[in-house]
Amino acid sequence: MSHRNFILREPEYEALLSILRKLLTDAYAKVVFLVDKNGTLLASAGDAFGFDTTSLASLAAGNIAATGGLANLIGEKEFSILFHEGERDNMHLSVVADRLILVIVFDRRSSVGLVRLRVRQATARLAAVMAVALAASDAELGEVEELTEADIESLFR
Amino acid sequence: MSFINYSSREINCKIVYYGPGLCGKTTNLQFIYKRMNPEARGKMISLATESERTLFFDFLPLSLGEIRGFRTRFHLYTVPGQVFYDASRRLILRGVDGVVFCADSQLTRVDANEESMENLRVNLREQGYDPDRLPLVIQYNKRDLPNVASLAELHALLNRRNVPEFEASATTGMGVFETLKGVIKLVLGDLKRGGRQ
Repeated sequence: MSHRNFILREPEYEALLSILRKLLTDAYAKVVFLVDKNGTLLASAGDAFGFDTTSLASLAAGNIAATGGLANLIGEKEFSILFHEGERDNMHLSVVADRLILVIVFDRRSSVGLVRLRVRQATARLAAVMAVALAASDAELGEVEELTEADIESLFR
Repeated sequence: MSFINYSSREINCKIVYYGPGLCGKTTNLQFIYKRMNPEARGKMISLATESERTLFFDFLPLSLGEIRGFRTRFHLYTVPGQVFYDASRRLILRGVDGVVFCADSQLTRVDANEESMENLRVNLREQGYDPDRLPLVIQYNKRDLPNVASLAELHALLNRRNVPEFEASATTGMGVFETLKGVIKLVLGDLKRGGRQ
């Protein structure tokens, strides 16, 4: 397993965002989030202002990790799709390209079937962008890697 | 594996507080939460049992200011310390950038500390990390209590890597921010080198 830093550049970020916006419209969703499996939010589309997105990202990752642990216990690699039904809003979580989690919040204007269909279409496109992003990240020797001791100390002044 | 977003100019790092049950991992996060400027911290989430023992994890996001135009965000997690929650501990270590090992200084917990440190090393290896290279600091907590082991004893038992170590009393806050600062420095220093392969 590689533990190199993952660097997301502007072009790939914009590409991910554009896929999320299309998914938001096509699935009649309220809001769509893309989170990495370590619990960090990468991008979102829709009205995310009402949500604590940092907590949401962390709990979504915990949710996928915990059900992944359950899956392993019965000999499965993971459960790649989770669906949570609420009284008003529902949440659909799915794993993308082994390292991301796509979270969709939707209400009665949409349906699980429609969300699943649109997620399947978006997943392939997101995975393609991630492949480019990862290749670019591996080749990156950007400015944050040139941090000095003084830079780090400046955080604590 | 730190996540650097050039678009939003953010560096995200994950720090995990590890240690035996009731050593004070959650208390560390609670003290940080209480004392941090509300603008610099998010909501603290505790997935705990009814008796307030950590069931899955505690989570506290911090935003510590900018370095070279990048906002630095640190996600602090604790693991459940009780021995039988090992599967959860392994999951929480995924993607970790730095570990605070929180040791309980009380003489009666010497074995529990050693067992937990060994468990950390095993679980890091399982997640593909080299336990001798991952950024690590050790906190000797509960120094304010009677019947504690000496620092020399604790050092000999737990700090074979000779990593930075801190005395603390998480309930009063003594040493809590020093420990946090210590691990953040190591994590950012590691980031500078491009992370671990």
